[in-house]
Amino acid sequence: MLGDASVIFQIAGIGIVVAMIHTILKQMGKEEYAQFASLVGFIIVLIFVINGISDLFQQIKSVFLFQG
Amino acid sequence: MEIIQIVSIGIVSSLLVLILKEQKPSFTFFIILLTGIYIFSFIVKNIGDIFQLINYLGNKANVDGVYVDTILQIIGIAYIAEFGAHITRDAGLGSVAAKIELAGKILILVLAVPILTAVIETIVGLIPA
Repeated sequence: MLGDASVIFQIAGIGIVVAMIHTILKQMGKEEYAQFASLVGFIIVLIFVINGISDLFQQIKSVFLFQG
Repeated sequence: MEIIQIVSIGIVSSLLVLILKEQKPSFTFFIILLTGIYIFSFIVKNIGDIFQLINYLGNKANVDGVYVDTILQIIGIAYIAEFGAHITRDAGLGSVAAKIELAGKILILVLAVPILTAVIETIVGLIPA
């Protein structure tokens, strides 16, 4: 069960910060570090989302499929 | 009033998606996905209550439990398939979404086989030998 809707805000915040870091690094001419920062942000968000999907599938299973 | 909360979450996540779409389109997809999950976890308890009512009515009407369970499983498969198809279609993979829908239909048909068999057996039993 998800706690509250703050996960959505967290993801949006991480997205904005990662976009900012990406832009700054690109301006500094470190293209490869910019790509790396994007990738790390992506993976962090992916972990959130995978937890959410796992919760969702557990709930669907318990409600729809295995109910007496 | 849960509906106000759900609509507010929808509006807020659409605003966040609009903000983020310029910079990072891949993150917007995750926001859409988590919004769907969150709204579902809001209503999942109510769905459980409705299913309890359906089970209760089925028991009162002396319907075989297998049939009620099959119907609930079919609803579950339909919901999961619909969710996955919508998510993949939002991500721009329309063909994969179509395949998911096809798989959902076929699995539902497989689950409905015992019910169809029972119907056919009943009809055959009605015909005088």
